Amino acid sequence: MNEHVNAPADGDGTMPAPTRRTFVRVLTGMAGAAYVAALGYPVYKYLGTAADEALQEASVKEVALDAAHLPLNAALMFKFAGRPAMLIHHSDDTWSAYSAICTHLGCTVAYEPERGRIHCACHGGVYDARSGRNVSGPPPKPLTPFQTSVVEGKVVVSRA
Amino acid sequence: MLRLQPYVQSIAEWTDERLSLRRLMAYARAKQVPHHRHTFWYYWGGTSLFLFLVQAVTGVLLLVYYRPGPEAYDSVRHITNEVQFGWLMRSIHAWSATLLLAAVLVHMFSVFFMKAYRRPREFGWWTGLLLLGVGMVFGFSGYLLPMDELALCATRVGLSLPEIVPGVSKLLTVVVRGGTDVGVATVQRFFVLHAVILPAVFLPLVAAHLFLVQKHGNALPPSEEAKPEAERRTVPFVPHFMMRDMAAWVVVFTVLSMLAALHPWKLGPQADPLAAAPPGIHPEWYFMSQFAALKLIGMVLPGTLGEVVGLGLFGLGMLVWGLVPLLDPEGAPLSRGRWMTRFGVAAVGGLTLLTLLGYWLA
Repeated sequence: MNEHVNAPADGDGTMPAPTRRTFVRVLTGMAGAAYVAALGYPVYKYLGTAADEALQEASVKEVALDAAHLPLNAALMFKFAGRPAMLIHHSDDTWSAYSAICTHLGCTVAYEPERGRIHCACHGGVYDARSGRNVSGPPPKPLTPFQTSVVEGKVVVSRA
Repeated sequence: MLRLQPYVQSIAEWTDERLSLRRLMAYARAKQVPHHRHTFWYYWGGTSLFLFLVQAVTGVLLLVYYRPGPEAYDSVRHITNEVQFGWLMRSIHAWSATLLLAAVLVHMFSVFFMKAYRRPREFGWWTGLLLLGVGMVFGFSGYLLPMDELALCATRVGLSLPEIVPGVSKLLTVVVRGGTDVGVATVQRFFVLHAVILPAVFLPLVAAHLFLVQKHGNALPPSEEAKPEAERRTVPFVPHFMMRDMAAWVVVFTVLSMLAALHPWKLGPQADPLAAAPPGIHPEWYFMSQFAALKLIGMVLPGTLGEVVGLGLFGLGMLVWGLVPLLDPEGAPLSRGRWMTRFGVAAVGGLTLLTLLGYWLA
């Protein structure tokens, strides 16, 4: 069984020349790796489709909301780019729109018209309803604001 | 330089003391598999196991997007047309079900002709038959899940056949169908059956079946058993037999992939309870022989009587098939063994003929 015996070392005596057995082993290993990759790729793409669809939805730049009926001092929750957002109709008939995701730990915030603020129930974060600025509690930064404009009876919300 | 070997050694000792892996490895190394001219038939059990693993993996993947109930058809359409490689996963799942049943049938008949059901392997035969039965229920219940036209028709027919047996109708309506017609309630139930109950029944049966093979080893066909011990040859399970087993798996997987990719499993139009059955409709090949037998009996004995006789004959056939280890035990007279072999040949021939006839009649 001379396959077990390594071939004589080459010139500088540090690297033994690979045996036929080593060659076959490396080749088999590579074929196995190719097999695993060929199996893994479709599975990865298959599982990834849900995320692809969500990302596609997230690339939305603008939504037109049927919000003309929204009373003053009220908020409308809607999905913007696949995530929760809020449109506020202020008492002076102006509009604000923010991402409704608390900048602290990602809870969905609520509009409190009687106190003119946006509140997060998870850890008591408070934002100003007119500017979206974080005014008290743990939130580190303001809510992400969106631009609003009223076009033909619809409120158009777009990325700032 | 840090010498790793003592550490590796002590970790190995620590693990072995708790898990006895070395004893397991020694057992695997000592395991021998008989080697003779019928060895080819030993690979079909392993092939069946491999195809079952493919079923489990693709089944779990389909679960990621499949929704039972009213959205069943839409979710399968989504998987087939929109999810990347979804068509492939579904196609592999369906084709591998077909190949699995084929491999199981080859395995069963090879066991039969090698007389591997004889002492001490009777329970191997019985657990195997149970696995075949559960496998067919797997196939039948999975067939409804896409809720297309064919699925609805097939399930309607399959569930109304046993209804001719007195008392079964009510039971099927209440427990299986969840109503008088196949619908949303049925697909929800079949999903529970297919993805929860059947795996829970199937897995312990597979475990028992495999344990019995380990316990008793591969059976020798009578021609080998007749040879003196010194003339029988064996090969080590590790690595010789295992390598061949895995080579068989690669071949099977290649065939499966080609079938699934070149002939993707189709999704028909959505099931419509008011639509007429499509012309030329017929069951999958593994129910074809029963289908043809019922049609043939129906020609001689029309109406319910023919169906009762047909179902009675199926029942009788299955009973005899289950009793084979007791009818042809070890030490049975040679003539009995020969009769049993003829019975097997007749069974294979009859099933093949009926299946072909079924396609011809359809």
